[in-house]
Amino acid sequence: MATPIKRAFRTPLAFAALVMISIVALLAIFGPIIWGAQASEVNISNMLAPPSWEHWAGTDALGRDLFTRVLVATRLTVLLTLEATAIGVSGGILFGCGPFLLGPRFGKAVTWFIGIAVAFPGLLLALFFAIIFGAGASSAALALGLASAPSFARLCQTLVAGILARDYVGAAQISGSGRFRILIRHILPNIGEPLIVNATIGAGSVLLSFAGLSFLGLGVQAPAYDWGRLLMECLRSIYVHPIASVTPGVAVVLAGLAFNLTGESLAHALGITSLGDLGLRAKIRSLRHDPSITLDTDEPTQDAIVCVRDLHVGFPAGLDIVEPVRGVSFDIFAGEAVGLVGESGCGKSLTALAVAQLLEEPAQVWAHSLIFHGTELLDCGNDNKETTKARNHLLGTSMAMIFQDPMTSLNPTRRVGEQLAELGRVHGGLNHRQARLRAIERLGAVRITNPERRARQYPYEFSGGMRQRAMIGVGVMLTPKLIIADEPTTALDVIVQEQILDLLGAIRREDGAALLLISHDVSVVREVCSRILVMYAGRIIEELPSADLDQARHPYTRLLVAAVPNMTTDITQPLPTIPGRPPEPGPIVGCSFSPRCPLADDRCRSTDPDLITNGNTRVACWHAGQPLVQIAEVVE
Amino acid sequence: MTTEVLAPSRAVISNRWVRFAFRRLGRLIVSVWVVVTAAFAIIHLIPGDPVRAAMGMTVSPEIVEARRELLGLNLPLWEQYLRFWRGLFTGDLGTSIMTGLPVGDIIGYQLPATLSLALPAFLVAIGLAIPLGVTMAVITRNGRARRTELGFVGTSVVMGTIPDFIYGIIFIALFGVSLHWLPVAGRRGFTSYILPVVALAIAPILVLARIVRVEVLAVLRTDYVRTARAKRLANWQIYTKHALPNAITATLTLAGMLLATMCISTVFVENIFAWPGLGQTIVGAITSKDYPVAQAIILIYALAVIIINTVVDLVLAIIDPRSTVSEG
Repeated sequence: MATPIKRAFRTPLAFAALVMISIVALLAIFGPIIWGAQASEVNISNMLAPPSWEHWAGTDALGRDLFTRVLVATRLTVLLTLEATAIGVSGGILFGCGPFLLGPRFGKAVTWFIGIAVAFPGLLLALFFAIIFGAGASSAALALGLASAPSFARLCQTLVAGILARDYVGAAQISGSGRFRILIRHILPNIGEPLIVNATIGAGSVLLSFAGLSFLGLGVQAPAYDWGRLLMECLRSIYVHPIASVTPGVAVVLAGLAFNLTGESLAHALGITSLGDLGLRAKIRSLRHDPSITLDTDEPTQDAIVCVRDLHVGFPAGLDIVEPVRGVSFDIFAGEAVGLVGESGCGKSLTALAVAQLLEEPAQVWAHSLIFHGTELLDCGNDNKETTKARNHLLGTSMAMIFQDPMTSLNPTRRVGEQLAELGRVHGGLNHRQARLRAIERLGAVRITNPERRARQYPYEFSGGMRQRAMIGVGVMLTPKLIIADEPTTALDVIVQEQILDLLGAIRREDGAALLLISHDVSVVREVCSRILVMYAGRIIEELPSADLDQARHPYTRLLVAAVPNMTTDITQPLPTIPGRPPEPGPIVGCSFSPRCPLADDRCRSTDPDLITNGNTRVACWHAGQPLVQIAEVVE
Repeated sequence: MTTEVLAPSRAVISNRWVRFAFRRLGRLIVSVWVVVTAAFAIIHLIPGDPVRAAMGMTVSPEIVEARRELLGLNLPLWEQYLRFWRGLFTGDLGTSIMTGLPVGDIIGYQLPATLSLALPAFLVAIGLAIPLGVTMAVITRNGRARRTELGFVGTSVVMGTIPDFIYGIIFIALFGVSLHWLPVAGRRGFTSYILPVVALAIAPILVLARIVRVEVLAVLRTDYVRTARAKRLANWQIYTKHALPNAITATLTLAGMLLATMCISTVFVENIFAWPGLGQTIVGAITSKDYPVAQAIILIYALAVIIINTVVDLVLAIIDPRSTVSEG
């Protein structure tokens, strides 16, 4: 336990907390010994004196030095705080572990009772107990302790439940160990750490509340004094020297913060969740957009819906920038279905998000050109409100996105119909009624039965397949020129997957929209698309008509195709797989596939092959089209 | 399309709301019962004779006995309990041991003063915390504006820790006594509201804003916000229509607790600013052991908390219908 704690206190904030808590502890121990006599020295001739060199915070109504009184009061304040916290924690353990010891029936009653009690603020409970016990230091400590017990009990309950779910505790229960034994052996040692951390945080608020009670006159009674009591006495002299009378308040706040921050730092170090997360994270250096990195590539094709030339996506990594997408160029023509395949981590989704202009900082996108429907999307240099608005309108009406996970892609707090209709109102120029009717009509078009009722429902009332249909419905709410579908079927089961692919194909043909279908599954892409782009390590390495997939020339493509079983696959043999994984984004020497490629030689390992165009195909491989006899050997 | 999952019928849907309403109503009734019973129990939980404790040792036994009779403390416990309930419905909350005044009158006179403090503080807290939290989330999203983030988190942690009574004292010292800008005591005119309301609301604002920020940041990273961005909605539409409702549902329970605590905190603020409300009276009642008064006021505070909790659950159910399905 020592190491994470040491590590925790290396951050400046935690260090400050440690210093503060040490000062409070030292004052509590030595304060009364050093200044005790001085603090109670009455001096009638010097009553309510303003702050001076002798009396830093002035004097009180009996001429006693206020500053030393604050120092001396530390002990009583801290002692009462600890007492109340100890009562709260003990009560919490009692009631928190009680349900476990008492068994299910009584346990449920205790849990129910705690549930009611935690719904009331601790302050209210403290006042309730203060009425019963009356004013006074020990009754206030008891009241605050009992008031904080329910939340500690709730904490214990949660912790106990977490531990009971562990295998070894279950094993101990099955093997017939008594409940009490399990509590002592397994539960208490395990809840100790989080309990101590939360008790430290809790002590901070107990200290503040205690000051409050004493301030109201319900806590410490004269002639004893804690910070709250001093604060009450100071309020009487606030008109004489206002600023000095805040001194005990400063002490209260600093000590409260010291407990709080120490607890939070401990929680942070031990990985324990507590209520407040201070949200302190490591610094990231931001990098500025650099549009100068462009290459000479062929001129943009005029009649393409999408025309991408030398697209890069970068992320800052320390002082460097990593490029998961390293110069991608392709066209998509009107009404065409293009597939983008590759393993996970090849940059497919980033490419799609970059084309859709959906990447945000810290991601950076730059390209020679990125033209959609005749509009350059990436001229960030001379942007103004008008062009941005026009571009958003164009993208909103003409480009549709369908994402991988339908369970999370729809807003859970809005009705499904509204999520379609919104698009019609914002970009389609429809009024509320028209938009609603269109939304219902579109839900019907994506084959959702009873669309009128479905439109009024929330996403949680839809199944996964239906949600993906609704997402497609959002996509075709207006008349898109391009639908980008990023792994639209990966999260769905096989039968639903087939239905969604059918639907995508049909809806695309009806509306004449182009489709960019992204998938790691070659068979899916082959079924829907006429042309296929293969991506590897942030680059396109092959482009070919999907009909020619079996005659692919790049070893990677051929391995991908071979990894999909079909009717002629010899099922007695293990399915071939591609050994290894795609490289992590970063500097790559030579062909990025060479470490996994059965054809790789020295040239592949030193020089990256260019993407060579040959008719309607492109390939980047020094050994394009060479027989892959070796592949089988490698695979085996 | 034969695999279409059967949709819940209209009847099932309305059923769900009815079930939610019943469940919530059941909890409301149980909470009220617990609270009333606890308030009733106070006077019987006090060690010793409460009337003797309240009136002191010098008062003659006859007077004490007469007061006991007046308070109904000689009746059987169950009858006292029934009387207590009946009193709640008829507005007869007993008589003060100290002053002999009807408790109902005392409360009727002071409750408006306390409400006029708590409600504005409430509105100010919610009205400022949510925009502040959302703005901070938008400014600092994706690790932007690190310094602003650090400054905001640091300030809100420190200022959110400072309790309202210390704010009150600081405000009196600063704006009242030193600068003479604002009145510091009593309830006279609009300006007398400013310091107590701000003292009450400032820490909750910062704590709530911090929570809202964290939740909005989490929501901005979700897939459905990406969907909203793919619809090319204006940023304000994304933040207010798509992100905020989801962030609110996540913060609402905690916010309810914060606001309930703020409601009880009026006790401190009233005592600092000499505000003629329930808070001043309950402290006086506790120190002078005037149990009927303390009992009635604590009951009112507890009922206020129950109202807040119920409203929070209703708002939650309206914003996020999923919450009607879950247990609770």
